[in-house]
Amino acid sequence: MAGKTLYDKIWDAHVVAQDGGEAVLYIDLHLIHEVTSPQAFAGLRAHNRKVRRPDRTLAVADHNIPTQGQAKGVDAVADDESRLQLQTLARNVKDAGIEFFPMGDVRNGIVHVVGPEQGRTQPGMTIVCGDSHTSTHGAFGALAHGIGTSEVEHVLATQTLRQQKAKNFRVLIEGKPRPGVGAKDYALAVIGAIGTAGGTGYCIEYAGDAIRDLSMEGRMTLCNLTIEGGARAGLVAPDQTTFDYLLGKPAAPKGAAWEMAVNYWKSFFTDDDAVFDREIRIDAAALVPQVTWGTSPEDVVGIDGVVPDPAAFDDPEKKAQVQRALDYMGLTAGQKIADARIDRVFIGSCTNSRIEDLRAAAAVAQQALDEGKKVASHVSAMVVPGSGLVKAQAELEGLDDVFIAAGFDWREPGCSMCLAMNPDRLEPGQRCASTSNRNFEGRQGRGGRTHLMSPALAVASAIAGHITDRF
Amino acid sequence: MDPFVRLDGRAVPLDVANIDTDQLIPKQFLKTVEREGLGKGLLFDFRFDEAGNPKPDFILNKPEYKGSSVLIAGDNFGCGSSREHAPWALMDYGFKAIIAPSYADIFYNNCFSNGLLPVVLPEAQVRELMAEALGGNHVFTVDLAEQVVVSPSGKTFSFEIDPTRKEKLIKGLDAIGETLQRASDIDRFEQRMAVAEPWLEKAS
Ligand code: SF4
Repeated sequence: MAGKTLYDKIWDAHVVAQDGGEAVLYIDLHLIHEVTSPQAFAGLRAHNRKVRRPDRTLAVADHNIPTQGQAKGVDAVADDESRLQLQTLARNVKDAGIEFFPMGDVRNGIVHVVGPEQGRTQPGMTIVCGDSHTSTHGAFGALAHGIGTSEVEHVLATQTLRQQKAKNFRVLIEGKPRPGVGAKDYALAVIGAIGTAGGTGYCIEYAGDAIRDLSMEGRMTLCNLTIEGGARAGLVAPDQTTFDYLLGKPAAPKGAAWEMAVNYWKSFFTDDDAVFDREIRIDAAALVPQVTWGTSPEDVVGIDGVVPDPAAFDDPEKKAQVQRALDYMGLTAGQKIADARIDRVFIGSCTNSRIEDLRAAAAVAQQALDEGKKVASHVSAMVVPGSGLVKAQAELEGLDDVFIAAGFDWREPGCSMCLAMNPDRLEPGQRCASTSNRNFEGRQGRGGRTHLMSPALAVASAIAGHITDRF
Repeated sequence: MDPFVRLDGRAVPLDVANIDTDQLIPKQFLKTVEREGLGKGLLFDFRFDEAGNPKPDFILNKPEYKGSSVLIAGDNFGCGSSREHAPWALMDYGFKAIIAPSYADIFYNNCFSNGLLPVVLPEAQVRELMAEALGGNHVFTVDLAEQVVVSPSGKTFSFEIDPTRKEKLIKGLDAIGETLQRASDIDRFEQRMAVAEPWLEKAS
């Protein structure tokens, strides 16, 4: 019999029962936030049901919080509906006895930054959240994916989820990348290669020496973007990098329990003779920094590339799609992507708002300062740390001073302009260099034009005033 | 959840691939704490201009498609955000079934949680259905029990669906109620886990 994949092993360790084609899968950690949970709690109340394991649940306020003036508290949030949503979350978690980091708490931030940072995310776990980028936690070798609100209610009530097993897909990334190429570029290259629906029905495992060389932050960036390739979950097998990251985190096991946990975690890897339903290879050494030109994360080119010509596609539907994207993005077929002049820069989101991302961004900003350069006068640029702790760490290292001196706006943590539910958003027609994860039409504000890229590229673009990897 | 067995209703074709859930229901409508009333935000940027006036050219706004209950759509429908507000908005607007060549996984799951039937048919057949829906007669039959779509011209298209999911839709089952019947299995699982992974248990 063939060996098991990492995904198979985590799955098998969590099957509570099998009902026909569906498994009842135990959920080790349930993360919740203000936007996708209120209807779930209302559903529980309507049926007189209780939260089964409040201790396996963690709540944050991230999606619609403002990134300024958080110390004034929720009651001071200007938007009536956002305020009500935040108050509703506070009430629901209090009634249920769920741990909650409210807006303004230094531990609060984007749900996918907070879980790992607190050590709540651990290898071999099943983790769900009413948010598609839950795939982020797969970086720890945890089976983690987004769910809808009915499923949030199901997990609250039963601590399980009814699931059908996905197929196994391995993405091998091998070789030494050139300087300036990293996890974000790998992720965009993978999506460019398989398409936004290429991973549908699969769980992806990332493997290869380039993955082993990635930091935990890099692995989180990569797993985060897995959903943009259609796969709900991405995995990286845990190793010493994983254990080193977790050691000493607030919720990580301590003392003898730590040893026991590490031993257990080490059992989560893919057997040599395991068979994958699909596999692709990416040569890391061949990659240049990647950037999106269109309205889907699969619309990717190298920074030295040009915007595609609809005429070059045979499929009439694809042709129409490319044309629609060009019209929306205000780009011309064949133009160099680096010629696109930008108006805004957003550094943040659960993809790229961790301390390592901010260090990489600040290093480029510092280089600009050393050369007497700043954010271009026509560009408005903001940095939104992923959590209060990331913000505090950055300030300890003086990164905020670098950003501010270089002309960036230094904000308080949250999802911010990743989905533009709060006041941070693009105006119609504005072009934005963004470290987030979705360049959909209207994602960052109606009519807004988003180009996804790494933090280093976003800073370089802010300084140059157009898309670039150098200034 | 209302059971879904068979539906006779008007179908509207939306010939765009990769319709994501941000487009199905933009963020400004996610601030609600209710499930109801989201139909007003469905496909908002397609249906309304920047001043908030309906765009007469958009197919959903055409009088002949008013009251449609079947949406025929392009590939990879419902990709992106996990927001269940997307199926809520579709249902609140009046849709009960969708026909498309493929769906994103999370959206597909969310449909079943709400009694919204996502039918998968091959691309060429979806094109045929779209063409018919553009004609004079827009009334289609979607029969889950028989697993067929019948077009206005009387053509029959069979579709596959997972039997477990089919049964749930037909019976309108409450998934939570069903899982709660497994409570003793869950208890046993938790007892085993407390021994195998004691560090996950909060010291009380
Ligand atoms: S940062 Fe963006 S993608 Fe991440 S959880 Fe927030 S809204 Fe979702």
